[in-house]
Amino acid sequence: MAYDKFNILKSSAVPMPIENVDTDQIIPARFLKATERKGFGDNLFRDWRYNADDTPKKDFVLNNPIYSGKILVGGKNFGSGSSREHAAWAIYDYGLRCVVSSFFADIFKGNSLNIGILPVTVSPEFLDKIFKAIEADPNTELEVNLPAQSITILATGEKESFDINGYKKNNLLNGYDDIDFLQSVKDDIQKVAASSIY
Amino acid sequence: MPSTLFDKVWDSHVVSHIADGPDVFFIDRHFIHEVTSPVAFLGLEQRGLKVMFPERTFATADHNTPTINQHLPVADPLSANQLKALETNAAKYGISHWGLGNPKNGIVHVVGPENGITLPGMTIVCGDSHTSTHGAFGCIAFGIGTSEVEMVLSSQCIMQPKPKKMRINVNGKLGKGILPKDVVLYIISKLTAAGATGYFVEFAGEVFENMSMEGRMTVCNMSIEMGARGGMIAPDETTFAYIKGKDKAPKGEAWDKALAYWKTLKTDADATFDLEYNFEAKDIEPMITYGTNPGMGTGITQHIPVTAETGNSKASYEKSLNYMGFHEDDALLGKKVDYVFIGSCTNGRIEDFRAFASIVKGRKKADNVTAWIVPGSHIVEQQIKDEGILDILTEAGFELRQPGCSACLAMNDDKIPAGKYAVSTSNRNFEGRQGPGARTMLASPLVAAAAAVTGVVTDPRELIA
Repeated sequence: MAYDKFNILKSSAVPMPIENVDTDQIIPARFLKATERKGFGDNLFRDWRYNADDTPKKDFVLNNPIYSGKILVGGKNFGSGSSREHAAWAIYDYGLRCVVSSFFADIFKGNSLNIGILPVTVSPEFLDKIFKAIEADPNTELEVNLPAQSITILATGEKESFDINGYKKNNLLNGYDDIDFLQSVKDDIQKVAASSIY
Repeated sequence: MPSTLFDKVWDSHVVSHIADGPDVFFIDRHFIHEVTSPVAFLGLEQRGLKVMFPERTFATADHNTPTINQHLPVADPLSANQLKALETNAAKYGISHWGLGNPKNGIVHVVGPENGITLPGMTIVCGDSHTSTHGAFGCIAFGIGTSEVEMVLSSQCIMQPKPKKMRINVNGKLGKGILPKDVVLYIISKLTAAGATGYFVEFAGEVFENMSMEGRMTVCNMSIEMGARGGMIAPDETTFAYIKGKDKAPKGEAWDKALAYWKTLKTDADATFDLEYNFEAKDIEPMITYGTNPGMGTGITQHIPVTAETGNSKASYEKSLNYMGFHEDDALLGKKVDYVFIGSCTNGRIEDFRAFASIVKGRKKADNVTAWIVPGSHIVEQQIKDEGILDILTEAGFELRQPGCSACLAMNDDKIPAGKYAVSTSNRNFEGRQGPGARTMLASPLVAAAAAVTGVVTDPRELIA
């Protein structure tokens, strides 16, 4: 599925200073019954966001109007658990394009990159600075610069660089995906398949 | 140059390496189920692509299936629709499909091995994080997202950077009543739920060498719960004996040829790992979790740790204990239990039900406990009947349900009610995992059985003759 290209994102951010946010929280299993990719944003963080009677939980950050933006900032080990890409779809569908944390679970990170969400890994110290900046001013903006591989807290000018492999970076900058790439190397794949004992 | 088991399997499946990028990685076997495949098939259709090697993909319905009355139409229209989509897509693209009602049906990570689809040295993926289970056979097996399911369908490859390598050695002899589930929960409690992120793990040492295939599957299954991409164990005579004669296992000359290859699948003596841990079997007791990630586990005779001992932030730790209705320093023994679940891709194999039955035999289910006993497949269900385990269960007041993922992720009707405590042999104790508000304590089949007959968290060693 095509996604919006990612270049420089300047936005306020939604803070979620909780560790080990797992994919069952991001999208509970009972909302995985669709056969099409649409509407997952409605159930993003469903059980943290809504009471059993579907009324919003007032103390949850997504229900607090003072926080908004296209960047989600989470505690360490964000996205642990299930391989459900639905978690990344829900984040994208809700309107978020970037998740910042000091540590990501592998599969979630890969899924995010594959659908056009940029996971930005920062140091625990820088993550703390971001949380403090948002706490001081919920409208504080972050600049995520993919070409330069840097993230800046605009209010203070504090900046850190982040890693991403060149191939994935190029994909995100241009809206490319792996499926098209793999189609272009099918001859090589055929050769490996032919030599496999299985 | 000496290499590890992981290197040998990985390197032989690399189609090409992209500079400053991932490897194009060839996949021998691809499992699909109803939940994470429909959007991938939709993608194929939109791009006008075909399935490159339909004979390398196997479909089974498990996540969303009911565990009672499977002969009736599935009542939930959304679940029924997903099951139908799997059936239609499999038929359209010529993929083997073991749907609801098929005698081969069951949980994907149970049916793969028991039918000989999973073989040593393979690369195996599935849109399910517990695909790591197949590592028990010396495979590189791991969970993938739906975009990657589409990649495998259309090109039999995914694009993956090679993970770092970790070895976890557990030596010595396990004590009475200590099961493979305890071993892996112990390891995760030591490494934390993120301790192996970025790594592929090899489990080695006497404890794994002496373990059955069922036990090895339980261990590898949960490697994802410490963040590892997967875990693997070198194949040996135990592995070969398990595979021999299985439906899709090689036969005759093909067997001899395969066996010769399988015997090369081990880590060379001088090979090195990026990280290595050593544990002793004697330090492991029956384990149970008290929090909301699988790293929050401890020995069953212990008290719940205080924040400072765990390396978690105070806020996250308190959130977790609040959800569970527990407090720091609470004793775990004697905690009330409302539900017991035995099953899942972690503990839904015949050995798990044998263990469960060994404790409930001659005892009665506790009145305050609702127990869901769910075999991992129809083959396991049949074994339970053939071995007389069903009679023991029935005598003790338990009922056997039909195969599926069931209360492990509670996508079907098998949901633990809000606020209730479940001792579960599954793999995740996340908030709401077994139903909104459900409180999960992960444990072995023996701990589950002890809870089922006493109604409280009980040390199973006290009930073993």
